[in-house]
Amino acid sequence: MSADLDQLENQSIYILREAYNRIDKLAMLWSIGKDSNALLWLCRKAFFGRIPFPVVQLDTAMELPEVYEFRDRITKEWDLDLKVEQCPPEEEMDQTLPPLTRAAARKTEGLKNLLRDHAYQGVMVGIRRDEQATRAKERVFSPRSLEGDWDVKDQPAEFWDHYKTRFPEGVHVRIHPLLAWTELDIWRYSQREGIPIVPLYFARDGKRYRSLGEKNITFPVDSTASTIDEIIAELQVTRVPERAGRAMDNESEDSFERLRSVGYM
Amino acid sequence: MPHSQLRIVIVGHVDHGKSTLIGRLLNDTGSLPDGKVEQVREMSRKRGMPFEWAFVMDALQAERDQGITIDTTQIHFKTKQRPYVIIDAPGHTEFLKNMVTGASQADAALLVIDADEGALEQSRRHAFLLHLLGVRQVAVVVNKMDKVEFSSRRYEAVAQEIKDYLAELGLQPKAVIPVSARNGDNIVSRSEQADWYLGPTVIEQLDAFRPQQTSPDQPLRFPLQDVYKPDDRRILAGRVESGRLRVGDTLHFSPTGASAKVVSIEAWNHPETVLSAQAGQSIGITLDKRIFAERGHIAHHQADAPTLAHRLSVRLFWLVSDPLVVGKTYTLKIATAEHRVTVEQVTAAINVEDLSSTPAKSVHRNEVAEVVLRSRSPIALDLASDLPCTGRGALIDGNDVVGGCLVVEIEDAAAANITEVSHTVSLEERAQSNGHKGGIVWLTGLSGAGKSTLAMALERALFDRGWQTFVLDGDNVRNGLNAGLGFSSDDRAENIRRVAETAKLFADAGMVVIASLISPLKSDRARARVIGGERFHEVHVAADLATCEERDPKGLYKKARAGEIAEFTGISAPYEAPDQPELVIDTDALSRSEALAQLLDYVDETLGKNSLKSGKELTYVI
Repeated sequence: MSADLDQLENQSIYILREAYNRIDKLAMLWSIGKDSNALLWLCRKAFFGRIPFPVVQLDTAMELPEVYEFRDRITKEWDLDLKVEQCPPEEEMDQTLPPLTRAAARKTEGLKNLLRDHAYQGVMVGIRRDEQATRAKERVFSPRSLEGDWDVKDQPAEFWDHYKTRFPEGVHVRIHPLLAWTELDIWRYSQREGIPIVPLYFARDGKRYRSLGEKNITFPVDSTASTIDEIIAELQVTRVPERAGRAMDNESEDSFERLRSVGYM
Repeated sequence: MPHSQLRIVIVGHVDHGKSTLIGRLLNDTGSLPDGKVEQVREMSRKRGMPFEWAFVMDALQAERDQGITIDTTQIHFKTKQRPYVIIDAPGHTEFLKNMVTGASQADAALLVIDADEGALEQSRRHAFLLHLLGVRQVAVVVNKMDKVEFSSRRYEAVAQEIKDYLAELGLQPKAVIPVSARNGDNIVSRSEQADWYLGPTVIEQLDAFRPQQTSPDQPLRFPLQDVYKPDDRRILAGRVESGRLRVGDTLHFSPTGASAKVVSIEAWNHPETVLSAQAGQSIGITLDKRIFAERGHIAHHQADAPTLAHRLSVRLFWLVSDPLVVGKTYTLKIATAEHRVTVEQVTAAINVEDLSSTPAKSVHRNEVAEVVLRSRSPIALDLASDLPCTGRGALIDGNDVVGGCLVVEIEDAAAANITEVSHTVSLEERAQSNGHKGGIVWLTGLSGAGKSTLAMALERALFDRGWQTFVLDGDNVRNGLNAGLGFSSDDRAENIRRVAETAKLFADAGMVVIASLISPLKSDRARARVIGGERFHEVHVAADLATCEERDPKGLYKKARAGEIAEFTGISAPYEAPDQPELVIDTDALSRSEALAQLLDYVDETLGKNSLKSGKELTYVI
C-alpha cells in the first residue's frame, strides 16, 4: 500500500496543527503549483475541512493563464480566504543580482510587503528538501528577521518534533510542512487523494512544466508524460533535476543561495 | 520496490570523511543528477582546490570555501532494495546543535572514523548523542584505509576501541567496515585491497538496517495538540504517540484525572468510518461528555497511566553558550505539555572521553549530564526507556530550545515520603451531616465588578441558613498565606495556585468556599479547576470596564491611569473572560440583591439539599 504516504501525511498534519496552535497570526503561501496544492489539501485534513487562516498568492502578473484560471476555480470550490499580494516591479530589485534572479526576487519583496502590512507572525511555505541543496538545510520552523534574512549558519536546534515557536519582536517564522516530501511523493499523494492539478504539468506536444513558475523565467522540459501515472513513471528513471526549467537557479553558482539568504521561499 | 524509506545519519569527527563518503555513495549508486559532478569540478577549479566528493554535498558558499560542513543536510538516493534519505551531520564541535537536529530524525547511523587517527573526541561525543537521541542501529565505517595501506592490524585496533566504547553505552555496532571513501573501496563494490575483510560493504549494511517500528501493543499515549470547534463538534486533536485507541474506549486524562468515552474518530474526506487509531496517526476524536481538556493533557487507558511527578532525574545534552545552572528555572516541554522546572542538582557531569562522571554546579555547551529537575505543577510522564515520546523532552529558555533530555528516574509522591492518608470520615458523611456539599465558588472579574461585595453577601446568606462557608478574598490572603509573593507573572500564578489548593482543603472539609480573585488569566483559572476538580464552579462577575472604573471602590483605576500601578488588569494588562463559566452574573444589569439571588439559586441547586438525593453524585472524580 502506501504506508510511507500515510506517514508523511500524519507528520505534515502534526506540523500544521503545531503552527496553528503556537503561532498567533498565520497565513499560507499558495503558488498554485503541485506542492502548495497538496499543502492546501493537508490543511483541509488537519482542520476538518475548513482552513482557519488566509491563503496568499504572491502575484507578479507573470503567471500563465491556466494558473489564474485554476486559482479562481479552486478558491471558489474550496471556499478559501484568498489574498492576492501584488509584487513590486523588477526595476526596484537589487540590480547586482543576475537578471533572471532579479525577476525571481520580486516575490521576495512581495512577501516582505505582505509581512509588513499584515503583521503575520508565521507563513507556511510548501518547499521540499529534495528540490534544491540550500532548501535541504532548512528547518521545519525557520525564523527570519523582518527583512526576511535567513541566518543559515545559526539555525535553531530541532529534534523530536519540538520546534522553535517563540520569537523576539520583529521576527517571523517560515513553516515548512512538506520538507520531508519528495517530488515523487507529491505526485503519488496527488494521485491517491485526487488532488486537482494545473493542466500545464501534463505533456502537450512533447513538453511539460515540471516545476511551475512565471512565464518569463520558467520553461517546459521535454516529456511525453500526459497523465499522473506517466509522470510517476518518468520520475522513477529521470536524472534531470526538478528545477532544470527554472532559469534563475542556473544563472550563477550561488544565485539560489543569494536569493534564499535574503528571504526567497 | 517498497516505497518506505530509511533515514540514515552520517556522524563522526570533523575531517574523518563523512561528506566524502556520501558523495561517493551517491555517485556509485548513480543517484547524482546529470551535470552535478561536472558542476562541482568547475567549482573546485575556480577555487584552485583539488576535486573532493564532499563538495557534492556542501551546498553553501561558506561550506565550499572552507571545505567543511556547517549545517545538516538531507539527500535522497536509492539502492535496489529501497529508497534512503541520507542525513549529513556536521562533525565540527561548533555545530553540535545541527548534528543533533540531523541525527534525531534518523532510523540508523553510520559512525565514520579515520583509520589513522582513530576515535577522537567528536567521534565519542557523537556516539554518546546517538545513544541519547535514541538511534539504536549503528554501524562503524573505518575510513581512509588507503592512508594505512589497508592494514588489518590497524583496522582491528580501531574497531576494538570503538566497540568497547559503544558497549558501555549499551550499543553494539551491526558492522565495522574498512573503507576508502575517496577510492570507493567497500562502498558499493568490494575492496580488493582489504581482501581480509569478510563483512558487508556500506551498501549491504544499509540494506540490512530495519525501519524503526512502533508496536501498537504499548500503553496508549495521546497527547492533545489542540481543541477545534469547526461546527457543533468539539474535536480533540493530536497524534497518537504510542499504543492504540478505539471508538468506545474510556479515556483518562493526565494530569486532570478527567475521563470520558470516545464517541468518534473524526476524519475529513474519508469514506469509511474510522474505528481505531494507532501510534503515528494524527487524529481528532469526540467524547461523550464535556470535560476540561486542553493542549498538553495526555489521554491514556486507566490500566496504563503515566506517572505524575514533581521531581525527576534526566540525562541531558546542552546546546547553548549560556550554561545550565543549579537553581535556574526553565520550561520543560514533553510531548505537547509545557512545565516550569527548576534545576535542583547536577548529579553528574559526564566526560565523553572515558564516560567518567563528577558532580557539578553547571552544564556547559555541548556537554552531557545527569540533572534533577523539580516542577511546581504535576507532570504526566514515562521513563524514556519505557515510552520515548512521553519520556523525553526539550528544555526551553526564553525563546530558545537550549537542550534535550531523557527521563531516567521519576520520583512520584509516594517516593517523596508524602503518603496520602485516607480519611475515615467520607465526603458523603460530611455532606449528609452539613446538609450540603462542599465546593469552590470561584468569582472572577475585573476590579470593581462587585466580586468582594457579592462574596461577603453570599457568605452571610449561606451562614444564616446554617451552611458551613468561608470567603477567601484575594486581598486578604496576600497579607498572610501569600505574604511572600509579589506581582510578577510567576508570583501571580503562584498566588492563584495557593488559593486554589487552600480552597480545595476547605471543600474537602465539607465547606462552601467562596474564592474572590480577579484571576485574569484563563491558564491560571484552568489550573485552579484542575486542583478543584468537579467541585470547582467558575462564576464570571461581569461588568463593563467603564462601569468598574466609575465605581473604582479602592481608587485603583485612578492610580493605574496615572501610571502609578504597573500591569493593572483592564488598563495595562489583559482580562481574559471565561469561555464557558458555570455562571455569569452581570452586575451592570442586575441590582445587588438580584445578583445575590441569582448566585444563591445556583449554589443551592448544585450544592444544596436537592443535590444530595442521590448518593452517587457524591462520588467525586478527582
